[in-house]
Amino acid sequence: MNKKIITGINTVFVTLLVLSILVVFLSPFAFMIFTSLKTREQISVVGAPIWPAAQPKFEYTGQQLDVFTVPVNQCAGFDPASSETRNLAITKKGRQESTFIDPNDLERGEFVCQVSWRALDRPWVFSPTWSNYVEVWNTIDYFRLLSNTTFYAVITMIGTVVSCILVAYGFARFRFPGRDLLFVVLISTLFLPGAVTIIPTYSFWQRLGLVGTWIPLVLPHFFANAYNVFLFRQYFMTLPRELDESAMIDGAGPLRILWSILIPQSYPVIIAVVVFHIVFAWNDYFGPLIYLSTARDKWPISVALSTFNGIYGQQPQLIQAGALMALILPIILFFVAQRFFVQGIVITGVEK
Amino acid sequence: MLEQLSQRLPKLPSFATLRAMQPLSRREMRNGLLFLSPWLFGFLAFTLIPMVATLIFSFLNLSITDGIFSTPKFVGFENYRQLWIDPQAGINPLKWFASKTPSSLLITIKFALIALPVGIFFPLGLALLMNNKYLKGQFIFRSLFYMPYIVPFVASVFLWGGMLNTETGWINRFLLYIGVAKESLPQWANDVNWVYPTYVIMGIWGVGNAMLIMLAGLQGVPTELYDAAKVDGANSWKTFWNITFPMISPVIFYNLTLNIIGLFQYFLVPLVVNNGTGRPGGATMFYNLYLYKTFFTYQNMSYGSTLAWFLFLVILLITILLFWSAKYWVYYAGEARS
Repeated sequence: MNKKIITGINTVFVTLLVLSILVVFLSPFAFMIFTSLKTREQISVVGAPIWPAAQPKFEYTGQQLDVFTVPVNQCAGFDPASSETRNLAITKKGRQESTFIDPNDLERGEFVCQVSWRALDRPWVFSPTWSNYVEVWNTIDYFRLLSNTTFYAVITMIGTVVSCILVAYGFARFRFPGRDLLFVVLISTLFLPGAVTIIPTYSFWQRLGLVGTWIPLVLPHFFANAYNVFLFRQYFMTLPRELDESAMIDGAGPLRILWSILIPQSYPVIIAVVVFHIVFAWNDYFGPLIYLSTARDKWPISVALSTFNGIYGQQPQLIQAGALMALILPIILFFVAQRFFVQGIVITGVEK
Repeated sequence: MLEQLSQRLPKLPSFATLRAMQPLSRREMRNGLLFLSPWLFGFLAFTLIPMVATLIFSFLNLSITDGIFSTPKFVGFENYRQLWIDPQAGINPLKWFASKTPSSLLITIKFALIALPVGIFFPLGLALLMNNKYLKGQFIFRSLFYMPYIVPFVASVFLWGGMLNTETGWINRFLLYIGVAKESLPQWANDVNWVYPTYVIMGIWGVGNAMLIMLAGLQGVPTELYDAAKVDGANSWKTFWNITFPMISPVIFYNLTLNIIGLFQYFLVPLVVNNGTGRPGGATMFYNLYLYKTFFTYQNMSYGSTLAWFLFLVILLITILLFWSAKYWVYYAGEARS
């Protein structure tokens, strides 16, 4: 009998454990959203709530009055034994006694309480400050950053997909002496530290006067990379050769076979590479940093965001709003295409 | 992906083989190389030639401001001699603890020793939890643990920077709430003793990839093996050690290798978080950051190239050692074990 109960307890225990790890793991997202909706004032107040809130004001006879939390037993006209507190608007501040009105009970009129206004707490009510996003949007010219980043991502994505498909086809479907050695060389470039090529490469582009243009960033993506070639090659190798061979007998050339036989069967892996690449390009920081740092009008979102520390060092709400605006699109893309993500990662990590 | 490299290297074809090829195989070779040509060109232009150029630069006296027609001076091993005595690079282990300037190589190694276990065991632990038969909603959890991997690097540094803010961050507020005294709250990125843990925490969002790969490895272990272990009366630790671990050792090896290589090139986080200044107290002047500054800030091409080649040799050595060690602990199923 107990087997079911034990399984149930284990299920609850394991699932709750994983859920609590997840909550901690993802808590920075909540921090980001909360902070990005706060006012500058709330962040500087010690003891303010962690959710976006404001201290309310009450408009009375044309004046903006501060609201305080007052124990009513100190006030004229209330029961001295009451332990109730009310949020009251202050009309006259005093050290010994202050004058209030009750926003919910205006008919009572002004009344005096035996309290020092300095000793009172002010209530917080939930109040998101959406204008932070508007401010960031305008100061960093978000729309231009988006179009720069999209341009970079799409152009290099086309280059990567086309070149990696061609190279992977060469590795997967043609047998010739030296091919396997070349494949080992290709894979070993994964381990190569970028530092050992960057100095001559950067100097080369600089001598050509192309630092500050898109060319040094975009061009190398048209010459394939180990990771995506590996993905395509693994996938092509799982496709049966019989179809290729019958097309060959019908007189189709290699490009024709690639185009009309292999590619139509490869949509999952093509989508995986497209999504991987767009995320890579969206997040790429170092390349644009070194090649575009002087060309402000071409900045992608990653480089612009990194300057926030300098601009908004004392304004965390704007930094977090900017971070949210930078990560929202990749996250949406991830949720739309997550199935392909997982497949692609598994191929590179688990397959030979 | 790495199994290719751990086997015996394929041979370079001899001229005799090439000459003896039939016309049909000749055509196949020509077509194959034609399809490979984008990569072959890219490899030459963006990898091999720059690598050789870096090596040549390290024997010259070059500055990025030199005119295109100026003749660089050959200085022999002068740059390497300077590298050996440079306390900031700090490649001489005998001087690691005597020098006032912290050695950037030692900093890199120290940080790697802290970050590497986290980078392996945390995703492994998560993958084991995801693979637990009692877990409900595995697919949702898997996606949500992976998701932060997608967050742009700079944005994730800002999010964690905010979480770890000494005044307003949630972590210190939580510590305060559970009763830690205000004076003893960690100063995170501003404190020499806390800056490495800070970077490790900031890097923890990158575990999603490793977790997915390890999870796929775990799911690939044939269930018959577990059944056999049960029949033999193995406890869960023995089952893990004798079945699970050997079966997933290739994916652990894959993550270990890429992790170590990545850690030796670590520099973007200190560049953004501490502005690449090495603050606090020079503790964040990582080797690759020093290299970056030597070239991009001080514009010293030759010395930068020397630093780069030394880094390349260190990484090469580590990779060779790892692949050599793999013979003893990485098990590739399907390969005959002698």
